[in-house]
Amino acid sequence: MSILQPNASVRGLPNADPRVASSGFKLGEHHDPYDPLDVAHPAAPLSRHFHPYEDNGGTVLSVSGGDYTIVASDTRLGSGYSVPTRYVSRVIKLTDKAVLASSGMHTDIAILHKVLRIRLTQYRHRHRKEMSLEAISQLLSTILYYRRFQPYYTFNVLGGIDENGQGWSYGYDAIGSHEKVRAVCSGSGQYLLQPVLDNQVEFRQMAADPTRKELQLEPCVELVKDAFTSTCERDIYTGDLVEICRITAKGVEMEKFELRAD
Amino acid sequence: MEKVIYVNETDAQRKPLLPSASSSVMSGLRLTAGVPLKDRDDSVLASAAGAPVKHTSRPIVTGSSVIAMRCKDGVVMATDTLASYGSLARFRQISRLYKATDHCVIGGGGDMSDFFELCETVRKETTLEYCYDDGHMITASAIHQMLARIMYNRRNKMDPYWNYMLVAGWQHGKPVLGYVDLVGSHFVSEVIATGYGEYLGLPLLRKAYREDITVEEGKKVLQQILTVLFYRDARTIDRIQIACVTEKGVEISEPTKLETEWSYKAFISGARASDVSTW
Repeated sequence: MSILQPNASVRGLPNADPRVASSGFKLGEHHDPYDPLDVAHPAAPLSRHFHPYEDNGGTVLSVSGGDYTIVASDTRLGSGYSVPTRYVSRVIKLTDKAVLASSGMHTDIAILHKVLRIRLTQYRHRHRKEMSLEAISQLLSTILYYRRFQPYYTFNVLGGIDENGQGWSYGYDAIGSHEKVRAVCSGSGQYLLQPVLDNQVEFRQMAADPTRKELQLEPCVELVKDAFTSTCERDIYTGDLVEICRITAKGVEMEKFELRAD
Repeated sequence: MEKVIYVNETDAQRKPLLPSASSSVMSGLRLTAGVPLKDRDDSVLASAAGAPVKHTSRPIVTGSSVIAMRCKDGVVMATDTLASYGSLARFRQISRLYKATDHCVIGGGGDMSDFFELCETVRKETTLEYCYDDGHMITASAIHQMLARIMYNRRNKMDPYWNYMLVAGWQHGKPVLGYVDLVGSHFVSEVIATGYGEYLGLPLLRKAYREDITVEEGKKVLQQILTVLFYRDARTIDRIQIACVTEKGVEISEPTKLETEWSYKAFISGARASDVSTW
């Protein structure tokens, strides 16, 4: 990152000319050849390129049990070292049995959610029924891959209940690769959260125990809350609030849970 | 006979540019902003034929922070009146607040010519609404969403409007305040600040905010924050405008001079490393 470097400017303002910069920094120090914002390089032209992408952070997860799925996302919108706002919703209820949560670039998330909402409405009108979870998971992959060469900078998790009443989660990358799993998370806190889910939900790295049972809905919600509380202790892009959706045969219920806001 | 413009000698032997593109060209220089959409698309085609396309790759004449707060009975927004040319304080009496409708005001920072073009786009839309004469007017959140779509569309073309804008309004008996920027990021919030205001002003806005804060109190808060910004942001001037949107409509103040106090110890002797605080 170049944000703390000498002569790096605030976004939107022209750069200071490194050649007339006041003393105190040695120009060329900490030079990063791959960073177009790095103006310390003497050969670099005095202009900045436009960056169409920005990472607004955020952590999303989806955990499935036998007859339920929990989809959750925090609501912080981060930009550089600032928090422009503390409440943006990154989860969208697609049907009564499917919820999507996305992290990454906020503007791409907004448009992706819009596109999905349109496609699901068209499907509902055409077929007089809601799209199944399985079909939505494929549709999302196709929509993401459609923009293969100018991707939506979004990292999605989709969760819900399939046509047999079984809960499932789907994890995606930005260009549509996906897998169907029991528990998955994505976004800036992914590396802090995923091992916890692997261990507590899928019982990885645990000795075999025949009496062990799958997590029920409420203990699982508590696990999600603890996992987010721990994640936001170490990840600066996660915090403020978590929106937790319980997806059961009854439908979708959303709960809000506070995190630290610093 | 129409003059055909060639990109360079080798191209001259091969392919002339599109005739429709050449008809609107007077010199070799073509600017993207202000050129009708059709010609802009031509410039994209011309680029495919080998010509360079001119895009806004950096802001030129720039405005600094915009700050705003959503209050109980309306929204307040404030800017200074400076448009800088790099580090030169070039235009000192520019208004960066635009009254879009009777209940919506837009404040802009970043490239000022891009901002004025966007204001024109909004004006076209509000004029159309006015001509329908059906008693309805486009709402602030509709304008906010429209700007977000315009900005996102242009960032996808890698030809952005280099701006950070706040949209304030009063609709259905409630205040609204939204943010849009050059990549299309948009959100609504109770307090928003852009530019240096995001670093210096936003914490102060958050501290001052209460659910029951009134517009009159909000105005005083914004004035104080702009004073703080004037002390530390080198692209700011001590002349400000405060806009206020309430049920009664939009009210944009005349440019007023900020009261400043320069006798603080740190301002006189300069901050040193050994001082307890550098502020």
